[in-house]
Amino acid sequence: MSNHALLGDEAVALGAMHAGLSSAYGYPGTPSTEIMEYLLRSANAGGEGIHQAHWSSNEKTAFEEALGASFCGKRALITMKHVGLNVAADPFMNAPLLDIKGGVVLAVADDPGMHSSQNEQDSRYFADFAMIPCLEPTNQQEAYDMTRMAFDLSEELAVPVMIRLVTRLSHSRAAISTSDPRKQNVMKKADGGAGWTLLPARARRHYASLIGKQEKMNLLSEESVFNKLKTGNESEKCELGVITTGLARNYFNENSGELTSSYNHLHIGQSPWPAAKIRSLMDSSERLLILEEGMPFLERYIRGIGSETMPIDGKLNGKVSRQGELNPDNVRESLGLPSLSSLEFDTGELPIRPPQLCNGCPHEDSYNFIKEVVQGLDQSIVTSDIGCYALGALAPLEVPETVVCMGASISMAKGAAEAGYPNVMAVIGDSTFYHSGLTGLVDCVADQAKVTVIIMDNSTVAMTGGQQTMLQSARLPQVVEGLGVAKDHIRVLDAFRRSHDGNVEVLKEELAFEGPSVIITVRECVETVKKRLARRKQAKEAAAGGNR
Amino acid sequence: MKYDIILCGVGGQGVLSVAAAIATAAASEGLKVRQSEVHGMAQRGGAVMSHLRLSDETIPGDLVPRGRADLIISMEPLEALRYTEYLKPEGICITAKSPFENIPNYPEMDSVLSKVESLPNSRLIDAAALAKEVGNRRAVNMVIVGAASTYLPLPEESLKSAITTLFTRKGEKIVEMNINAFSLGRNA
Ligand code: SF4
Repeated sequence: MSNHALLGDEAVALGAMHAGLSSAYGYPGTPSTEIMEYLLRSANAGGEGIHQAHWSSNEKTAFEEALGASFCGKRALITMKHVGLNVAADPFMNAPLLDIKGGVVLAVADDPGMHSSQNEQDSRYFADFAMIPCLEPTNQQEAYDMTRMAFDLSEELAVPVMIRLVTRLSHSRAAISTSDPRKQNVMKKADGGAGWTLLPARARRHYASLIGKQEKMNLLSEESVFNKLKTGNESEKCELGVITTGLARNYFNENSGELTSSYNHLHIGQSPWPAAKIRSLMDSSERLLILEEGMPFLERYIRGIGSETMPIDGKLNGKVSRQGELNPDNVRESLGLPSLSSLEFDTGELPIRPPQLCNGCPHEDSYNFIKEVVQGLDQSIVTSDIGCYALGALAPLEVPETVVCMGASISMAKGAAEAGYPNVMAVIGDSTFYHSGLTGLVDCVADQAKVTVIIMDNSTVAMTGGQQTMLQSARLPQVVEGLGVAKDHIRVLDAFRRSHDGNVEVLKEELAFEGPSVIITVRECVETVKKRLARRKQAKEAAAGGNR
Repeated sequence: MKYDIILCGVGGQGVLSVAAAIATAAASEGLKVRQSEVHGMAQRGGAVMSHLRLSDETIPGDLVPRGRADLIISMEPLEALRYTEYLKPEGICITAKSPFENIPNYPEMDSVLSKVESLPNSRLIDAAALAKEVGNRRAVNMVIVGAASTYLPLPEESLKSAITTLFTRKGEKIVEMNINAFSLGRNA
């Protein structure tokens, strides 16, 4: 037993390591990034039999790489943010049909409140969709314990298991205690043949077997230590029955001491839903309040259609806030408790302070030359993508007109150009290009679409803290050429203010070209430069110290 | 004992290292600590806020309820005002005085400062000037930790050793400078 103060993300990473992890793959995405960063640090520190840890081009390749490790009998972890699971949905949905021997655990971090995301989708739907168990920790200790358990569960049921995190747990720190690490699995290739080849006839058999496993999963949920029913009164019904999932339990506990009448409380940390426990809560309560972090997923399941036998309060009738995160204050309100008295002070209206590009960010210089060109045109479209440069959509730059999902800039630009709109530009970062832009560019090449793609190459995944891009900057023009873009229309530019006028001219020339062209604007992210210099300075000082 | 703190500022101002210094000291005193951080997009020059909860009992969650905070520690005066509703009626607000003006509609400086001064319990610290005294602008954080230290339920020594722990990696000089910054803040 030892004590570590860890982020929720780091507790997942350590839990996986102590579960005998052999391989981990992921794509950076807030709030999931710190899981892999912890695993990378540990892997780099070395040691005998240390796990593999790698960033992948995107969440789909990450998932498949993990399946490859599992095929060899090893335990593998995949990490991503909620919208990343949309990208990985193909392998994710098929993996439960495989005969998994080396445990596969997917740690996916949702972002209710959209602190750093474009939507609030709730990954629990995906676990249900794929018919696999989902474990939802409420604190750092559970993040550790559940991850360890998830690997066992995965091997016991021969399906992947999901760990669902949310921002506030991923990025909150607390001390946890750990237990002895388990050894890695020995290498043992799965019986390829029938178990891992999803041809229709075989897949049908596997699907039947997955359906057959559901009863076992239900049973495990009913018995799970993470699904606890506490009854407030043994002899008669309580007025209130509360169901919490995820972090809702913390906020409920924060306030429950002030409830004046007795209540029943069921917390659910493991799904599929423990139906018998839910029924027993309903039987012993007069009214139900459902508090779940995320979408009203459990609530819909319990309400059914027109079959309500008791009053149910939740997100669907407005008693719990439908959008954004739960917190101690809105849960308090849902419980009918008066708000706490705060300091009374009228600050007047305060201006908001939205995030913005760093001072001296290379994207600013790139957007400035694009803006000048756009302002000189009667008609134009600038699509953009997911990354720091999406902030260019806000004042004062206001250049991008669309930001939808990873890679959408290029494919949407193609659609717009082929609809007949003139002067269509797609702005995408280097890492997003490798993630999901390549395929869109192939489409452009195939149809010779009149699109000008601007790859802003800052040689890093900046938004998530400066992870290395998959391939070095210098390789980017070769990659673009390899995809079939004409060499004359691959233009590599400096993203500096001093190059502004020249860059304006190049963009005008490429907009006049009748086919796909790619402009790569190159300058390293200011933040990574700073970090690099700091590291160098530290190394120098350390060396100097050593000589003394 | 329960002590709830709201830490705030602008992304990049080092709110997290303030939190880390206090959290490390509290843990060394055997207290339970929960700390919620801000990573990702908001860190790019936006308003950031972090919750820090210290207690000798189990802490139910990572977020401080509105009306429960004992202390606001802010790196910037406008940001200090943003979270006053988290304070208990008798809560205290400590903030660095220099504005971080990265928005076009930043209010009149005098009105911001006078609002902070009219809070029932507030302290404006000229952290930038004190950091300059120790010879490094980046020491503003530890000046603020020093200024907050007289209110925190933690002994001075454990805060100092927490600062030492945090900066050891960066060498003796940096440790010394940050300890000096802490002391200047404490006596401000
Ligand atoms: S982190 Fe880098 S890419 Fe992102 S806004 Fe700052 S300088 Fe620009």
